[in-house]
Amino acid sequence: MKLLTGNDLLRGDVLWWTGEGWSLLLDDALGLEKSTGEAVLAAEAAHERVSDLALVDADWVDGRWRPLKVRERIRGFGPTVRPDLALQGQDWR
Amino acid sequence: MYRYDAIDRRIVDARVAEFRDQVARRLSGALDEEHFKPLRLKNGLYLQLHAYMLRVAIPYGTLSGTQMRMLGHIARRYDRGYGHFTTRQNIQYNWIRLEEAPDLLAELATVEMHAIQTSGNCIRNISSDQFAGACADEVDDPRIWAELLRQWSTLHPEFSYLPRKFKIAVIASETDRAAMRLHDIGLQLVRDAAGAPGFRVYVGGGMGRTPFVGPLIREFLPAEQFLSYNEAILRVYNRFGRRDNIYKARIKILVHELGAERFAAEVEAEHARVLPLGIDAPADEVARIRGFFADPPFETGLADAVDLSDPDFGRWVERQVAAHRVAGYRIVTISLKPVGGIPGDATAEQMEAIADLAERYSFDEVRVTHAQNLVLPHVKAADLPAVWAVLRAIGLADSNLDLASDVIACPGLDYCTLANARSIPVAQMVAAVLAPRERELGELKIKVSGCINGCGHHHAGHIGVLGVDRKGVENYQLLLGGSGAEDASLAAILGPGFDEDGIVTAIEKVVDAYVALRAPGERFLDSYRRLGAAPFKAAVYGEVA
Repeated sequence: MKLLTGNDLLRGDVLWWTGEGWSLLLDDALGLEKSTGEAVLAAEAAHERVSDLALVDADWVDGRWRPLKVRERIRGFGPTVRPDLALQGQDWR
Repeated sequence: MYRYDAIDRRIVDARVAEFRDQVARRLSGALDEEHFKPLRLKNGLYLQLHAYMLRVAIPYGTLSGTQMRMLGHIARRYDRGYGHFTTRQNIQYNWIRLEEAPDLLAELATVEMHAIQTSGNCIRNISSDQFAGACADEVDDPRIWAELLRQWSTLHPEFSYLPRKFKIAVIASETDRAAMRLHDIGLQLVRDAAGAPGFRVYVGGGMGRTPFVGPLIREFLPAEQFLSYNEAILRVYNRFGRRDNIYKARIKILVHELGAERFAAEVEAEHARVLPLGIDAPADEVARIRGFFADPPFETGLADAVDLSDPDFGRWVERQVAAHRVAGYRIVTISLKPVGGIPGDATAEQMEAIADLAERYSFDEVRVTHAQNLVLPHVKAADLPAVWAVLRAIGLADSNLDLASDVIACPGLDYCTLANARSIPVAQMVAAVLAPRERELGELKIKVSGCINGCGHHHAGHIGVLGVDRKGVENYQLLLGGSGAEDASLAAILGPGFDEDGIVTAIEKVVDAYVALRAPGERFLDSYRRLGAAPFKAAVYGEVA
C-alpha cells in the first residue's frame, strides 16, 4: 500500500494523510492505492500547506504501518538517537 | 575579533527584513513553495526529515562570548534546547519553525551573525585554523585574510550562481588543522626568503562523491594580490565549470579534467586581466582588518607551570591543552565528544557556560573546529584548573582529542534528508567500544558520513565509514588511510560493506591488526601507509595477505 506524507508548512513536522486530514502519527495513516494516492497528493499539493509531499510504500504489520524504507520509518518516529524527542508510541525498527 | 561596520550591519538587517516579508508572503499563500524554497535556502533554512533546519554561519569558526550565549538562547527559545556544531565550523538547529525564523534571524543580527550563504551554489563560510592567533607556528593570523575573503564573497554578484557550492580555507601554519587541501580553494600563508607574506594556493580539493586532494597551482602568491587571484580562480570556474551535471560541477572536476597545469595557466591568464582592475584590498584596509585581530592584552611574567598531581586533571591537560605562543598561556580544546553523546551537539546550558568561560578566562573568544569541538584560545596556565572544573560540571571534560572516541559524524539519517544511513549511532558504538583502550591506540581519527556527500569527512579519516542504502537497508563501507592534515590523503574502501553491528566489529579487527603490526611510535595512519591495505583486509575479511 501507499501512504501519503509530507511536512507541515509552519513547523516542518512530519505529517501523514488520514483520509480526512493530516496527523502527526504514522499509526493514523490511511493506506491508499497508487492511483488514489496520486489524486490526493495532487489535491493537497494545490493547497500549498504541506511541503515535500510524497507517496511511500508501507506494509501493514501486526496492526500498524511499517514503511518499507528505513528513511520513512525514522520520519515516522523521530531521530533514533534522541528518543526523548521522538513521537511516543511509535516504532522505527 | 572583527566587528561589523555600518555596511555589514545594513546588509544583515536588510536581509532579515527581506526574509520576513518573504515568509509572510509564503504563509499568506502569495508565494508558493516552488518559488519560496530557493529564497529560504538563501537564508540557510532547509527542510530536513523532521522539521526545518537552520544553518548559522560562524565566520572562520570564531565567536565571542556574547555570540555563543546567543546561540544558547536560540537553542532554548527557538529549538529544543540544543544545537549541532558542524564540520564547516558552523552551527545547525534541527527544530526551527518557519513562522519564527525571521525573529530568530533578527536576534542573531543583534550579535552580528546571520545564515546568509550557508546554502546554495555560492561561496560558503570561510574556514580557518581554530588555533589562529594563539599557536606558535603560524607566520601571521589567517583570520585577517579569511575576513577579507568573507567581505569580498558576501553577496558577490558575479559568484552568487556558481556551478556548485564553493568552499575556501585559509591557514598560516605548516600544521594543517583545517583540512585545507580538501577545499575548493586552500590557501596557506607563508613568507618568502625576504620575509614578505604570500600564499601557497591549492585548488580543486574536496571530499564527497569524487574526492581529490587539491593540487598546488601557485607556489607563492604575493599577499597584495590576494583578492584578484581568488577572483581569477572563481572566474575561470564560473566560465568553464560544468552546469550540465550536478555530479561533475564542482571545481575539483574542472581541475581534474583540465589538469592542474592547464587550469593554473587559465587562472594566470585571467589574473593578468583582473589585476589591473584594482580590486585588491588597499593596504590601509588590510591594516584596518588586522586591527580587529590584534593581540588581546596578554599579561607578562605569568607562571607557566601547571600542577598535574590530580591524575584526571593531568590526563585532560595532556590531551586537551596545547602550547600557546605567549608564555603563561595555553590553548584549550573542549571535547564535544563525550562517550555516548552525539558528536558536535551542545545544549543551551553548555553553550552558555562556555560563553562564561570565554569571557572570564579567554579574552572573550571561542572557536569552533572542523572536527566538531570547541576551543578557548587564550587561557592562563594558572586558570586551567578552574576551566576544567566548569567543564566537568557541564559534562564536557572528556580527554579524547584526536583519539578513537573523538569521532566526527554528520547528522546522517537521523536528521538529514540526503542521508542514506544513520551515522551518529555508528559513531557512538565505535566510541564506546574503543574508548577504554584509546590511549594505548594513540592518534586515531575516525570519521563517519551517512551518504556520499561526505559531510562526516569519511575520505579524510584514518578510518572512515560511509553509510549507503543497500536495497532499503543501511549498509556501511569501511575506508582506511585518509588524512585531512598536512599529510593529506584519501581513504580507500577496504572491501564489501557491513551492517550496523558488523561495521563496529570490522573496525575493532582493524584496530587489533594495527596493535599487532605497528612499529614503535607509529600512529595507525603510519602503519597503514607502511603496510598497505592487505593485512587489514586479511584481519577483517579473513583473506590471505
